[in-house]
Amino acid sequence: MKFEHLELSELREKLDKKEITSVQLTEYFLARIEKLNPELNAFVTICRDEALSQARVADDYINSPGENPPLCGIPFSAKDLFCTVGVRTTASSKILDQYIPPYDSTVIVKLKEQKAVLVGKTNLDQFAHGSSTETSYYGPTKNPWDTSRIPGGSSGGSAASVAAGMVPFALGTETGGSIRQPSSLCGVSGWKPTYGRVSRFGVIAMASSLDSPGAHGKSVKDLVSLANIMSGVDLKDSTTGDRISDFRLQIADLKGVRVGVPKQYFVDGMQEEVRERVIEATKELERLGAELVEVDLPHTKYGSLVYAIVAPAEIASNLSRYDGIRYGYVTSEAKNLLEVYEKSRSEGFGDEAKRRIMTGTYVLSAGYYDAYYKRAQKVRRFIINEFAEVFKKVDVLVAPSSPNVAVTLGKAADDPLFGYIADQLNIPSSLAGLPALSVPCGFARPQDGVTPSVDGLPVGLQIIGPQWGEQKIFDVGLAYQSATDWHKKHPTEISNS
Amino acid sequence: MENAEYKPVIGLEVHIQLKTKSKMFGMAPNKLDMTEPNVNIDEVVTAQPGSLPVANKEAIRLAAKMGLALNCTIDEWSKFDRKHYFYPDLPKGYQISQLDQPIAKEGWLEITKSDGAVKKIAIQRAHLEEDAGKNIHPDGLPYSLVDYNRAGTPLLEIVTHPCIESAEEARKYLEELQRIARYVGASDADMEKGSMRCEPSISVRLPGEVGLPPYKCEVKNINSFKFVEQAIKYEIERQTEMRKEGLVPKQVTMGWNEKLNQTVEQRSKEEANDYRYLPEPDLPPLQFTSEYIEELRGELPELPAAKRKRFREEYGLPDADIENLINWKELTYYFENVVSELDAWILSAPAELSGKTDKRGKLIKSVANWCLQDFSAMLNVEHKNPDESLVTPENLAELVKLIDDGKISSSAAKQVFRAMYERGGDPSEIVGDLGLEQVSDEGAIASVIDVVIANNEKAVTDYKAGLEKSFGFLVGQAMKELKGKGNPNLVNELLRNKLK
Amino acid sequence: MLTTDEVKKIAVLARISLSPEEVEKFRSELSTVLDYVEDLQQVNIEGVEEVSQVTGLVNVQREDISVEFADLQAITSQAPEMKDGYYKVKAIL
Repeated sequence: MKFEHLELSELREKLDKKEITSVQLTEYFLARIEKLNPELNAFVTICRDEALSQARVADDYINSPGENPPLCGIPFSAKDLFCTVGVRTTASSKILDQYIPPYDSTVIVKLKEQKAVLVGKTNLDQFAHGSSTETSYYGPTKNPWDTSRIPGGSSGGSAASVAAGMVPFALGTETGGSIRQPSSLCGVSGWKPTYGRVSRFGVIAMASSLDSPGAHGKSVKDLVSLANIMSGVDLKDSTTGDRISDFRLQIADLKGVRVGVPKQYFVDGMQEEVRERVIEATKELERLGAELVEVDLPHTKYGSLVYAIVAPAEIASNLSRYDGIRYGYVTSEAKNLLEVYEKSRSEGFGDEAKRRIMTGTYVLSAGYYDAYYKRAQKVRRFIINEFAEVFKKVDVLVAPSSPNVAVTLGKAADDPLFGYIADQLNIPSSLAGLPALSVPCGFARPQDGVTPSVDGLPVGLQIIGPQWGEQKIFDVGLAYQSATDWHKKHPTEISNS
Repeated sequence: MENAEYKPVIGLEVHIQLKTKSKMFGMAPNKLDMTEPNVNIDEVVTAQPGSLPVANKEAIRLAAKMGLALNCTIDEWSKFDRKHYFYPDLPKGYQISQLDQPIAKEGWLEITKSDGAVKKIAIQRAHLEEDAGKNIHPDGLPYSLVDYNRAGTPLLEIVTHPCIESAEEARKYLEELQRIARYVGASDADMEKGSMRCEPSISVRLPGEVGLPPYKCEVKNINSFKFVEQAIKYEIERQTEMRKEGLVPKQVTMGWNEKLNQTVEQRSKEEANDYRYLPEPDLPPLQFTSEYIEELRGELPELPAAKRKRFREEYGLPDADIENLINWKELTYYFENVVSELDAWILSAPAELSGKTDKRGKLIKSVANWCLQDFSAMLNVEHKNPDESLVTPENLAELVKLIDDGKISSSAAKQVFRAMYERGGDPSEIVGDLGLEQVSDEGAIASVIDVVIANNEKAVTDYKAGLEKSFGFLVGQAMKELKGKGNPNLVNELLRNKLK
Repeated sequence: MLTTDEVKKIAVLARISLSPEEVEKFRSELSTVLDYVEDLQQVNIEGVEEVSQVTGLVNVQREDISVEFADLQAITSQAPEMKDGYYKVKAIL
């Protein structure tokens, strides 16, 4: 029996009917991870022992009378930003290479309450700084569709682990595209929640006003199930909102649903075939009853600029705590306290982190705050207001998740603007804290001619909703996937030769 | 006085630790006086990756109440900001503080100087922040040790305008601020224990100089009112000397060295401070509704200034007694309870008694004396508040009455009070148990006096010859015969009559 | 273009030691980023209030309840160096 591409409801049924035990399922996925990871490098840490012991607990629970929680006994992976008590959590950085958190993040607590089984921690761009997973201290993750290419990032390890069937679902985080873009590039479904929908507590911070923990899964249906478990007010995160999070799974047609197509999201330099796939997807929505409406979001072009200031400022601040005193890497070269700080941080942080710390420190420093940070946060207000206006006219917005398919490894390195450009279609809605989905919507040939053997790489359609408007994007995503099977396409298995 | 033209310009920054059960932004216990290091810590205090702050409702409440008690404005909106600097005692690499929207703004506090002059000290702002941990520097060793027990404790920073003009004013201000913090219940505000800390900024204005001097010196490491006064005096003198010579003191941070009794320049920082303030993205803003503010205002106790005024009007006590009472909030409550017991008694007493205006004053003074002397001393030994003792206000009122009635002597009263303190109970019964009733029977005293006069011819002769000292000797002899229980007034009166 | 001194000053503020090559590298990269955001200067922001929160939440506070951390050892064991229960650092001057 094959389990790697089953949806959560199918796994639930097999576990509940005792067709398989959680231990067997866990062994199954661990075996796949152990087979595929040397090639893909999607995992930083594989927690075999912890996973099997969690699986045994889940089996005991399943064997006792009563209903099982939806995720009971189901394996998953978590981006290595989610703190896991007793299990190394690195942020894919040298500075946290040896860090073992003394506590669990809230999302992990919720999944543990479900008796879901954590099989490993996935690779990411160091501290989530990047859009390719190449800035990881542990080397890049490869795209399961073509291992010469990036999986996207920063949640590249999580997206790749789902795409390659190493886990049924994976936790990711998004700050400015980090769930949508790798979901798109790896051909999986991804949910970037409304900022404040899912607790950030215990998730190593990148940019606090933007970070949104979310998930990658096999389908929108799976993501809705996960949303029902992951969402909610957390007393340990002051920015979580008190909203109902009991999302419907029913598939309805899209009659009366107004779908906005923002013209600014079909940018110069985007791949023609990507544009075609996305346009086809909008036609599909129209067939399902939706009304397509062209909308105008003129401040879109400022999104990446605002982000290029706001994100590094918050990053520089959030990374101040890494000083080699309470945890993490400490230099062995220091002659005095100042050198402990300067060398530990210089040796412990990668280039991208340093670049963002430097940028962030600069824009917050005396004399520059108003010109950069304050100004950027004012322009951010325009972006928020513009979305609010447009959502008076439409229910959701659709656009490409990424202007192109996966590029080859090495393209992103040393381009200080790579991420800001790769994520330009994700950043504005992130700045506004809006929810979004990325769903597979077909394939496009890479235009770089690097790997002519590949006839198509996944393209993603993003569906953006108004603040707290998850149900709207779920409705559209569920309807779309009921009519298409792009989400059921999987990369051909990598041979272990 | 040539110095008179060189005017000190002083501003005070005071930090008080708020009395809460948990930390400012996390649930770790807020306990001081821990003997073990690094135990009041958790993931938030030690800034573990991924940890987030959540503001303590009670800390915000106490801060706003302090703001009201200091006659400040509480704006509708307030927010937190991150203040960045690297130091081992600062776990996150930034302190959560408040930059441009403090909880409280523009208030004042009134002080009375020793010459009786009253001055309003203008307060610029009061804002909430979190305390740092403690660095310990073992003598002569190449390392320092860090304890995060104190890290994250809620702090209220209260900043005055530079309107203080002498060390005495600074001290009076601090004392009154301490009383207010204690009255409000916001803090123990104890300088020695560090729950109240003061950093004065001092400069000296040239004769005729307009505006603030072009520099100021901040003094740190001061842990008592006395040292604040000494440090300010020292700085005023040092800076005045310099300015007289035409020099402008360097703008530096000084430290108070209590061994040398002087301020010492601290190592000047390698860089100018650039705190890179950032609005705290992890904490939503605070909104204070007028209903909430009125609720807090309603909860404020009578504050020292109002109480001082009322005590003067209602009880006519000497200022020194009032000050001493006011310094101990719980004692003032107790004192007033005793007085109201006595008032009830006076009202129900025969007309000729309640008509005597000085009677009440005399009794009140006696209550104040008991409260401030024997009672305070005994409570202090045990670190107790009056309401934790066995002496009820009713019992103390009774004791004062017994003395006033001449039922016991003042020395016997001290014995009775000690018994009341140690085991509680009605003073009349204790007087009976200890056999301390005073003899006020004129006949009994007269017969004792007759015997004393008969037995001490020489003293009687001396007295009649004008030697007043002998009178005291004869009183002493009579009291001895009466086993110390004679009513001294009566003994005096009868002896004088007999010797006429 | 930023000056070398400006880059060095930022590095000190950020407590990151940079080699001379890195100073040059960041000088150019930071300048690229600053050029990139230059267009923001064109936006008319008069009268606009800056964003610091997107949720619209206010007064999120917790009750004053204290909880002792269950496993202090799990926290302190992460420190590079402890001494007698204290975190040990190079001498603070």
